[in-house]
Amino acid sequence: MYSQEFQNSLKLVEQARAKNIALEPERMTASQKEELLAQYHPDYRKDQFAELKIGPNKGEMVPIELAEILQAHSRITAEDVNLDAPDYETDVLVIGGGGAGASAAIEANEAGAEVMVVTKLRMGDANTMMAEGGIQAADKPNDSPAIHFVDAFGGGHFAAKRELLSKLVCDAPEAIKWLNELGVEFDKDENGTMITTHGGGTSRKRMHAAKDYSGAEIMRTLRDEVLNRGIPVIDFTAAIELILDDNGNAAGAVLMNMETGDLMVAKAKTVIIATGGAGRMHYQGFPTSNHYGATADGLVLGYRAGAKLLYAETLQYHPTGTAYPVQIFGALVTEKVRSLGAKLVNVNGEVFMHPLETRDVTAASIIRECSTRENGVNTGNGTAVWLDTPMIEAIGGEGTIEARIPAMMRMFGQYGIDIRKEPILVYPTLHYQNGGLDISDNCMSTCVKNLFVAGEAVGGIHGKNRLMGNSLLDIIVFGRSAGKNAAATAKNTQVGKLTLDHVAKFESEIEGAGIDTDVVSPKLLPNYTNQKSI
Amino acid sequence: MENTVNIFLFGKKYQVPDHLTIMTAMEYAGYQLVRGCGCRNGFCGACATIYRIKGQQELKACLACQTKVEDNMYIATLPFFPLVKQVYDIEKVSTTEAVMMQLYPEIYSCIGCNACTKACTQKLNVMQYIAYAQRGDFEKCAEESFDCVMCGVCSSRCPAGISHPQVAMLARRINGKYLAPKSAHLENRVQEIKDGTFNELIEALMNKPIDEMKELYNTREIEK
Repeated sequence: MYSQEFQNSLKLVEQARAKNIALEPERMTASQKEELLAQYHPDYRKDQFAELKIGPNKGEMVPIELAEILQAHSRITAEDVNLDAPDYETDVLVIGGGGAGASAAIEANEAGAEVMVVTKLRMGDANTMMAEGGIQAADKPNDSPAIHFVDAFGGGHFAAKRELLSKLVCDAPEAIKWLNELGVEFDKDENGTMITTHGGGTSRKRMHAAKDYSGAEIMRTLRDEVLNRGIPVIDFTAAIELILDDNGNAAGAVLMNMETGDLMVAKAKTVIIATGGAGRMHYQGFPTSNHYGATADGLVLGYRAGAKLLYAETLQYHPTGTAYPVQIFGALVTEKVRSLGAKLVNVNGEVFMHPLETRDVTAASIIRECSTRENGVNTGNGTAVWLDTPMIEAIGGEGTIEARIPAMMRMFGQYGIDIRKEPILVYPTLHYQNGGLDISDNCMSTCVKNLFVAGEAVGGIHGKNRLMGNSLLDIIVFGRSAGKNAAATAKNTQVGKLTLDHVAKFESEIEGAGIDTDVVSPKLLPNYTNQKSI
Repeated sequence: MENTVNIFLFGKKYQVPDHLTIMTAMEYAGYQLVRGCGCRNGFCGACATIYRIKGQQELKACLACQTKVEDNMYIATLPFFPLVKQVYDIEKVSTTEAVMMQLYPEIYSCIGCNACTKACTQKLNVMQYIAYAQRGDFEKCAEESFDCVMCGVCSSRCPAGISHPQVAMLARRINGKYLAPKSAHLENRVQEIKDGTFNELIEALMNKPIDEMKELYNTREIEK
């Protein structure tokens, strides 16, 4: 139910709907896309980036907000903890309780290693839980891992590390099978054929889904399995520094109870960083689709211990964040809405682009429509374009929305908007950290031995832009791989004397570089109290 | 001047703008949330909340991140509820109602009061999915419970002490693994990859110059 101020534009959208459904919008050429991105994508706004003055990526540009926490003070000094009396000892320490961490824990356990998970909120409080649209895998006869590779490599601007990408696409069908055998419910027809759709930038329909609760269905199943296996999960406990041994290898972490502030020491033969993304850093002031704890903690921990980052300057702004109503500002509207046939329409009722371009191109195109072209709808809280959801019912038949995207129907229904009958207003929202810690194809950091990384905290799998459905895939593929490799490595590891010397060393580098800051990191949680809210 | 409402957080009165959700109203009032806040988008169930509007009898339940404040709302969050999760081996479970009798026998003590359904923050028919579980109809239980975010409010209202979300979790895993039809095309593809069917194709992509990759990408055929 929209107020009068939207009604005029809404009328134009409705009048044009039949014509817009029939319209097959042209896709942009490579040069059109390049030009659009350079002019409108937030990654290209030079004044929003700062140069790193210290650390493994010294001299490189990253978002201002990220530079601040990468070059910030530690929450502790070595004197605050007793490394000689660890509170926990384990083979494999998993930091992070999302999809990557859970997959890693299950596989490490399966391999016979002693494994424990620490997570600063609860197990499952993670971006995985919120992934709606689906998970890619080339498992149909007209598809192949090679085609999947080309789609993802091109979509990521030919910047992905090929050895990581080939692992992603070749292990994808096995990942789906593994999930299905754990009991994850995928949308299938009566013969068992997976119901698959396109995502932006895919050339084959390979998006597998569980309605629009794909990530939630995967996450709750993985969590259930972690608990069934008796793997210890230490919740409301954040890792605030990595611990190295005197060989310079990762050997544990300093933990902090989020409620009491108590510090603890966890000693481990191998460590897996699976801490996820950074949406709650609100780069460039964008709202975010991410969960509460997405504050790039793993990047900070790794960087201070000497691990290199890759592509930390590239973020993904999901084209369709909720722009209205204000209560759900920035919340994700799954790309599946466009996969099912809804098109993007401007204030005049015109379709201004093909709805399934890659996410960076689509986001830039919406920003152009709402800025220089002045074709946005004024929401009272910014500008936006329409996403014409009633097209889905017209194309797929009545009931399609309830059956395929019930979460979207519920989310807008809470505020009196029936997406079966009325279109919704959208604008890009900060969604995904394309970059992260640099790893080899065994998931180990290229710089710090015995430190493994999986999930959104990794950089280089997707290049500089990620396709829909490839992150649910990467948390499973790389999560499992990190778990197996960390368990295998732990078998042959003798941990030396524990040390936090790298923390002191980093402090002196801060001073040496003349960085004047009172910021401490990792940030752990955003501060929204007293109207600091976005 | 924006419109405000009076709300009562754990009984204490705060005046907040009327467009806020319960969660953002708590933050507006100065709470730095640790518990009771997860995805902030209605998927994780961390922010289960119960409230009563002054003067009304009905006790309502909701997710704090998905619910707008109202005037005279008395609010108590429920950041944790002691659900019972039984441990089992998914490779060895029975796929009939025997598994429920073994792991969650309390579901057969349901008295049909329907308090669970009334309390559901996702507006699911909770009592109905428990009825399906009792009968061993796990496919229907899975379907009916699918949108569950496991917030636990249903269980907080249950006189029989049932942990509904965990019952549904078990039913969905059994359905997903054993009862739903198998995907032959998936099994085939996994086998093909094991057999090395695509090795040459992938190998060719690993070393191809960027210009050729661009050509390949920009001219690729896109399935309609």
